[in-house]
Amino acid sequence: MTEAIMRRRVGPGRFQMKSENLIYPVLAFLLVFFILPIAWFFIKSALDYEGNFAAMLLETFTSPLFITVAWKTIWISLLVTLFALAAAYPIAYSLTRSSSFTFTLIIICVIVPYFTSIIVRTYSWMIILGTKGIINEFLIYVGVIDKPLNLMYNMVGVVIGMTYVLLPYFVLTLFATMKSIDVWLLQAGRSMGASNFYVFRKVFFPLSMPGIVSGFLIVYILAAGFFVTPALMGGPNDVMMAMLIQRNIEVTLDWPLASALSLFLLVVTLIIYAFYCKYTDMDKMLGK
Amino acid sequence: MFNQIRLVNFISAILCVVLIAPILIVVVMSFGASSYMIFPPDSLSTRWYEEFFSSPEWMSSLASSFLIALLASMIATTLGFLGAYSLVRGKYGNKKLIISFCLLPLIVPTIITAVALYFASVPLELVGSKIWIAVCHAALAIPVVLLILLSSLQGIDVSVERAAEGMGASKLYTFTRIVIPMAAPGIMSAAFFSFLTSFDELIVSLFLAGLESETLPVRIWNSLIMNMEPVIASISTVLILITISLLLIELMVRKLRA
Repeated sequence: MTEAIMRRRVGPGRFQMKSENLIYPVLAFLLVFFILPIAWFFIKSALDYEGNFAAMLLETFTSPLFITVAWKTIWISLLVTLFALAAAYPIAYSLTRSSSFTFTLIIICVIVPYFTSIIVRTYSWMIILGTKGIINEFLIYVGVIDKPLNLMYNMVGVVIGMTYVLLPYFVLTLFATMKSIDVWLLQAGRSMGASNFYVFRKVFFPLSMPGIVSGFLIVYILAAGFFVTPALMGGPNDVMMAMLIQRNIEVTLDWPLASALSLFLLVVTLIIYAFYCKYTDMDKMLGK
Repeated sequence: MFNQIRLVNFISAILCVVLIAPILIVVVMSFGASSYMIFPPDSLSTRWYEEFFSSPEWMSSLASSFLIALLASMIATTLGFLGAYSLVRGKYGNKKLIISFCLLPLIVPTIITAVALYFASVPLELVGSKIWIAVCHAALAIPVVLLILLSSLQGIDVSVERAAEGMGASKLYTFTRIVIPMAAPGIMSAAFFSFLTSFDELIVSLFLAGLESETLPVRIWNSLIMNMEPVIASISTVLILITISLLLIELMVRKLRA
């Protein structure tokens, strides 16, 4: 055995492997198949554009359609992120203080949707919210309403659908922060006579703040670039940026306009991501 | 005092029901007999499953999705594993920056990635190629692999590797005989979740699939924007079952290991 190992060690053509170098394949792959196509898309669109690309960008970004869609995107994403936070916080809180049985139950309810295809999750809300959907049929059956409410193909549907799809991301981010909060701090507060609510407000909540910030930024980024749910559940007035980009390519074949819109969305995303990287403890991923 | 905690738990319970109910509703709906989406279904049948599994179009899209996801998962897991190992064990600075960079495919809106890849694929005549879609999906799955393996590799004691090297094993020998077997459960989770990432991916496939390589999500998408066929509920249930089985296998492997 030892001999075999030794032979390997001194054997001919021994491959020099240093763990430092093992990062290069993945970096090279992402560079070629991810960064390069995106860079090429913007550069080529700018070069191919006959006329002044900068002027075209300016014209695009001041057009009424762009401004409407940009506002809609910012506004819907903000609503979705706030609703997701409001729903995720109690769930994550219960996760941190539940027995192993309830923990398993809650985590199943979070993880199963998290890993289920987005298109399936959107479809399920289309069944629930449609004019002949479960909610409308139920309300008519009970007699609360006599004609169906418009819950889908409008902003209500988009916000409900997107909040549902993005909620697990927020729960998991919050939980990661909350579980590292030292329970003895809370015990100490309580033993000194503070009420549960006081301890929560003065100790737990401030300590959970990094999770709120990370979760908020990541969910906002995902919401702002969302395509599937708003495209399927939105009405003609609920066009978000990602949908406008897709339409300009599939319907009007307007590549320069699509690249201008993409550039805007990309820059906004990267700015928020820079904040995310700054405020999130990435070293934690490396176990420091 | 206890009432507040009870209230929070009560709210969480309701929210958990809201989280899981849509999934269960789809499963129940898929067994409905009528072509209308009525809940609860007035009579039960498996006709939509028969329709799904006997349709050559749906089956070919299922096969495309499967092949693409398998290849994408292999590429992403291999590259991601090497990268994660390097990040955990290598001695160099700027790791934070490297991780931030490697997570970009998760952050950049997929529509932009998809449009850019499509823009590059048209002149290169790559639209419709399954291998090409798999390569593009692998880029999207790399962040998932890295996130899983960065945390699982940290759980492996570096002293075992040092001991092997101290006893004269080469780096390559240590890597293949010590590191990979010890990291196997993490590698398996990474392979599963990168498989799911590709299997469920819609937007890149929508642009790159063409007619010959239509994946399952693309066909579902086309059906949802056209006429919402009732067969979608049974297909969704199959997808949910695949997800749950992968989660269960992953959980069992982790339990066995512990």
